[in-house]
Amino acid sequence: MLQFPLFKRVVIWGLIALGLVLAMPNAFYSRVEQHNDALVEIEKLGATPERLEAASQWPDFLPSSLVNLGLDLRGGAHLLAEVKVEEVYADRMDGLWPEVRNVLRDARGDVGTFRRVDTDDGTLRLRLSNPEGMPRALELIRELARPVTSLTGAGASDIEVAGSGAEITVQLSEAEQASTDDRTIRQSLEIIRRRVDEVGTREPTIQRQGTDRILIQVPGIGSAAELKALIGTTAQLTFNPVIGRSADADQAAGAGNAVLPAMEEEGVFYVISRTPVVTGEELTDAQPAFDQNGRPAVNFRFNPSGARKFGDYTAENIGAPFAIVLDDEVISAPVIQSHIPGGSGIITGNFTVEESTQLAILLRAGALPAELVFLEERTIGPELGQDSIDAGRIATIIAFTGVLVFMALSYGLFGIFANIALILNVFLLFGLLSVIGATLTLPGIAGIVLTIGMAVDANVLIFERIREELKTARGPARAIELGYEKALSAIIDANITTFIIAVILFVLGSGPVRGFSVTLGIGILTSVFTAIYVTRLIIVTWFERRRPKTIEV
Amino acid sequence: MRLKLVPAQTNFDFFKYAKLTFGASIVAMLLSLAVWALVGLNFGIDFRGGTTIRTQSTGAVEIGAYRDAIAPLDLGDVVISEVFDPGFAADENVAMIRIQAQDGQESVTGDTIAEVEAALQQVDPTITFPSVESVGPKVSGELIRTAMIAVAAALAAILFYIWLRFEWQFSVGAVAALFHDVILTIGVFSALQIRFDLATIAAILTIIGYSINDTVVIFDRLRENLIKYKKTPLRDVMNLSVNETLSRTLMTSGTTLLALIALLILGGDVIRGFVFAITWGVVVGTYSSVFVAKNVVLFLGVKRDWSKGNDTTGNQFADIDA
Repeated sequence: MLQFPLFKRVVIWGLIALGLVLAMPNAFYSRVEQHNDALVEIEKLGATPERLEAASQWPDFLPSSLVNLGLDLRGGAHLLAEVKVEEVYADRMDGLWPEVRNVLRDARGDVGTFRRVDTDDGTLRLRLSNPEGMPRALELIRELARPVTSLTGAGASDIEVAGSGAEITVQLSEAEQASTDDRTIRQSLEIIRRRVDEVGTREPTIQRQGTDRILIQVPGIGSAAELKALIGTTAQLTFNPVIGRSADADQAAGAGNAVLPAMEEEGVFYVISRTPVVTGEELTDAQPAFDQNGRPAVNFRFNPSGARKFGDYTAENIGAPFAIVLDDEVISAPVIQSHIPGGSGIITGNFTVEESTQLAILLRAGALPAELVFLEERTIGPELGQDSIDAGRIATIIAFTGVLVFMALSYGLFGIFANIALILNVFLLFGLLSVIGATLTLPGIAGIVLTIGMAVDANVLIFERIREELKTARGPARAIELGYEKALSAIIDANITTFIIAVILFVLGSGPVRGFSVTLGIGILTSVFTAIYVTRLIIVTWFERRRPKTIEV
Repeated sequence: MRLKLVPAQTNFDFFKYAKLTFGASIVAMLLSLAVWALVGLNFGIDFRGGTTIRTQSTGAVEIGAYRDAIAPLDLGDVVISEVFDPGFAADENVAMIRIQAQDGQESVTGDTIAEVEAALQQVDPTITFPSVESVGPKVSGELIRTAMIAVAAALAAILFYIWLRFEWQFSVGAVAALFHDVILTIGVFSALQIRFDLATIAAILTIIGYSINDTVVIFDRLRENLIKYKKTPLRDVMNLSVNETLSRTLMTSGTTLLALIALLILGGDVIRGFVFAITWGVVVGTYSSVFVAKNVVLFLGVKRDWSKGNDTTGNQFADIDA
């Protein structure tokens, strides 16, 4: 007979109730969203009457997880950026150069004279005047090597030094490159996150993808260009010694030096030493301000080590100019008037108020360690997203109604049982999507519609089987039982194969496609549950009450 | 009173016109391959790189004027097409502009997009740009590779799963049917020049999932009947199995198509290509489950006599019945 232990019944109804409760916030989307936003703001910025009122729109004891709307539904910008990790190699070599110079200079008796050769492949190359000194020079430079600070590269040293003829090439070892890459990406991620947070948009997605890529999705921002302007600026601030001034961009700079244009004066170029005195990384604060002439400027303050370096340099170089360089442009090149011990200063230039504010934000958030190249960018306007939601909603309702009517006409009372299960299925689906924080995309809506169409499949299989079993009748109860029993293997096989597809789509897909795979996969789980357990429970309950002698499916 | 798509008892001989149906399938596949080779797929920017701009204006879309406005920018291949949808308001005129990936540019430049937008605004000041998407050639190459891996992985996984649950002949039959569906879908996309992009790949994978679903149900019944009717010829057992499951096959296709057609008409133009692919796939998938998969199995033959069988390697799960 059709047996259903009590605990199973309780579990099934319990799961359904849970699904309904979890799905409920989505029915009051904007209200719950405002409530959630208000809670976050209260946490961050403290309570105000408006925020408390917004928060009280939804009771705290009810679940408040919502299905996230994807960019294609909410509107916003999507960027896929590649971090030029190799740039950091060159910076590291520039940082190493003074050390190399000092050790070789101290051993000039053994090594002879040497000079740096310009390279553009991230290596440090030296030419010795006297090849005899090579072994000693290699030895000295190798002593500068440090062990790599990462788990995978443990034991390896950070630089590789090779000599051929009179030339010495120093470059980062493979292990160090890998660990540098990793650091560069993480730093970039962190900085992008801070910059995007400064603008205060809701739920940005900032993710690492593969080895050297970063995916940035910001809902509600006007365009990808706007987002790019915000995060794409390197904002690399350095203070470099000035060697000369020139009107010629092609001026020979000499090894270790660079010719950079002045930001304000057309046709003026500065020759600067590429090894900075202090970098923007040692800034602790930057604020928009005004200089003594009332022009917009930026106040900054160094951390103790930056302050010391800056103080020492200014003490030793009174009367010499130094350059404030931002993203390879010289903002200004003032002459050091006196020793600046406090570690704070002001950057003046031909700024507007907006520019100085923006510069302060960028400096505060820190510089990107390397340049970003954008491989993919998408902007979706909010109206288009709203149109898609509306169209999707109408289509879903029509599809849903169509399937309900079709099932009821085909299977009568049993069709209505299946319909109840189908409706519960949609609630469970939304409940689960909310709890796991899944993102609903436009193809995701299609996934839901497809799930609605396919969800009845399991019930169709069962009902067709019951019909068949009724022909060889040993009573309706037995037919129902056999129907469920025999249809099970087909249901399981059919759904596992579709589930495999959903998993493949999830692993290999990205963005909207992944959204589709999530709704498809979860739809399979919930529809198997509702089709097998829920309809069975409904049918059994009905059967126990009525005890029909014959049934029609 | 009841709505019945097929009578309670059917005895169709699905092999009666086997030569015709199977032949038609092969011809359709060859035609698809030919169209694919000759005309080619209309790849979206996901796969070939470039930029698409969706424009919306209150004034009518003037493709010629748009083209003239963009021409001085010298962007190479520019395709402009107007988009129609029953859901659009009367003063909602939408066009899609696709610009090829620019030579020698690894990444996408915002300047180019800004220039195009400015040029179009000269033509029609009411024009807005609800969506702008750019994909660099580097990413598009990778997306093609990932898409091919996804389809291959899906086919391999299904080949393996069916082999595990049934026998190898069944898994060959099922995968043959899937190839049939995928090729016909590519064929129809080539012939109608519908944009083929990442979403289409997702649709193809869904088709694979749906079609296998259908095939498995028939196979499952076939397996059951093969145990029940040990002496009946394979051909007759197959006919019986398809007849027994016919009502279910058509019911499920019916409900799924009902849902998909609603989405196709009302779901908006953004996902129309995607929904079209799935709708088409459900139709061919149902057909291939009934007319292709089992013909292949019949052709390969199935080991019937399990009583003395020691041939259990590789199909030790073959007669698990839940």
